[in-house]
Amino acid sequence: MGKKCPKENVNIQKGSKTNHRNAPLSIAIRAVDLTKYYGKLRAVDHISFEVKRGEIFGFLGPNGAGKSTTIRMLTGILKPDGGEIYLSGINLKDDLIEARRVMGIVPETCNVYVDLSVWENLMLMGKLYGVPKTKRKVRARELLERFSLHQRKDEKARKLSKGLKQRLILAMCLIHNPDILFLDEPTSGLDVQSSRLIRGIIKELKQKGVTVFLTTHNIEEANLMCDRIAIINKGKLAAIDTPQRLKGVIQGSQSVEVAFDRSKPDELRWLKDIPCVSRVEKLGNKFRLYTDDPDKVICEIVKYRELKSQRLTLLNTLGPSLEDVFLELIREEAE
Amino acid sequence: MKATSHFKNIAWNLRCSLIIAEKDAKIYYLKPPVLIFGLLFPLFLFLAFVLGREISFRMLVPGLLTMSLFFTSSSIGPIIYPWERNARTYERLISTPISLPFLLLGDALAGFCYGVFISLVPLILGVVLFKAAIIHPLVLTLAMILASFCFAFLGILLSSPVTETPSQIMMLSAMVRFPLIFISGVFLPLDKMPVWGKIIAPLSPLTYAADLIRYSFQGQSYYSLVLDFSLLGLFSLIFLISAIAFHAQSLKRGI
Ligand SMILES: Nc1ncnc2c1ncn2[C@@H]1O[C@H](COP(=O)(O)OP(=O)(O)O)[C@@H](O)[C@H]1O
Ligand SMILES: [Mg+2]
Repeated sequence: MGKKCPKENVNIQKGSKTNHRNAPLSIAIRAVDLTKYYGKLRAVDHISFEVKRGEIFGFLGPNGAGKSTTIRMLTGILKPDGGEIYLSGINLKDDLIEARRVMGIVPETCNVYVDLSVWENLMLMGKLYGVPKTKRKVRARELLERFSLHQRKDEKARKLSKGLKQRLILAMCLIHNPDILFLDEPTSGLDVQSSRLIRGIIKELKQKGVTVFLTTHNIEEANLMCDRIAIINKGKLAAIDTPQRLKGVIQGSQSVEVAFDRSKPDELRWLKDIPCVSRVEKLGNKFRLYTDDPDKVICEIVKYRELKSQRLTLLNTLGPSLEDVFLELIREEAE
Repeated sequence: MKATSHFKNIAWNLRCSLIIAEKDAKIYYLKPPVLIFGLLFPLFLFLAFVLGREISFRMLVPGLLTMSLFFTSSSIGPIIYPWERNARTYERLISTPISLPFLLLGDALAGFCYGVFISLVPLILGVVLFKAAIIHPLVLTLAMILASFCFAFLGILLSSPVTETPSQIMMLSAMVRFPLIFISGVFLPLDKMPVWGKIIAPLSPLTYAADLIRYSFQGQSYYSLVLDFSLLGLFSLIFLISAIAFHAQSLKRGI
């Protein structure tokens, strides 16, 4: 009942053409051809992806890319204009209420009830998710402890700082031990301490087998936390992969930075002549050499140093940043 | 099997409605200013209209009770959604495992309880102080319950326009609710109203509530009881269904 066999479809992700009967076990979230219009604006444009059970999956994109729209469709707040959503193999259209019971949701613009106490906020969510009374209380105490909120338990939520409120919001969505967590920009605009705590907790949840779907416009956050990242721009998916592999997408974008104690007139030409250096930039008194073989470049620099009896004041290798990938992909989109 | 799961679903949702009602009570209704306002406002408004007229207080009890039911049951409902949007609790609320009709039902339930409990005060005062006699207690009870639901649904309907400014909705709600009391035979029995009054009175749900409550005390109604009850029920349904439709519509547009 309610478990229709998902249709065959083309998915950009690798390894998606597995046996669909097994899919529900290992696939927590499956979106097929999701599309949403706001009037004429196509906010989300035929996107498809799969999130594996126990994975932290990041949706990365600039403001207005369609991240929140996607998350709102996945959580059943918005009805898609096209496409299908399966959560643990169950079509969202068939049983939204049942699906919601195993979801934890933190919407983008979201607040606690400021007129209720910290404890009452937790209890309200526990009741709405049908957590039995004793379990609810035990769980609430655990969460308060973990989020360092236990001392504020009886205070009105109005009195909490923004960071503490965000912690409470996260605690509230965990009261029913959800299997799948949806977080829309969970650390945006927070103090360092709260962001760090929240990131730590998200990683702990992963250890316990919880699937996390989060959106962010913070590249570093995506890099630090996510097992896989989907990059979305103007409603379209530009790429889905691990942070490492995404970085590998851009060829020759590794670089070596070098600076010498004394300047020699021909050094720039000499550096440019090193084989496998594609480009040299002069940044103040240091040079940045772009290459796909940093090792070879360093050997050449050392040779040059001995030849000219120069001293090195700086030698540094830089990998491509996720930011480079991101900007690259978004630029490709625009072209 | 289908039927039992359907039944379970409804039981779950009704349970959620109660939790929503409890939340509304805590956040919106059980505040001293709200309670005092609910008690005093209908009284003052009523006195303002009837003072100086040659009617005994005892005759006024049904009207006062009707006013009280109407103003309390429909008073807070309209601001709930603008308030939740403004306070950024709206999206979290609609993302919980409760279906929209039952969410709105929960809000109406809170308005209903507030209306009935507050209105017990003028009722008891009327009976004890002014010796107003209740001739048909069963009719009165049913009428109070149905009317209170009907007005609470009206309150929820008024909550549907998408805005984050509760004051805008307060304005709308005043513009809708105040005229109703003049055309519904609350102060004057319908048979003493001018012709134009008799023509437009049937358009207001308050008319039927006032008629039933007057009947409970004075033994005479303008319409038949069946008509009064049916139309109150019909208005309740229309208010609830349109509230659901409006809310669903704004959800679809993502606002
Ligand atoms: N309710 C809405 N009505 C009309 N347009 C909207 C609505 N919500 C979002 N948009 C537009 O849809 C696009 C995607 O928005 P959103 O999903 O919120 O982006 P993100 O979360 O990635 O910043 C944006 O251009 C935004 O202006
Ligand atoms: Mg967003």
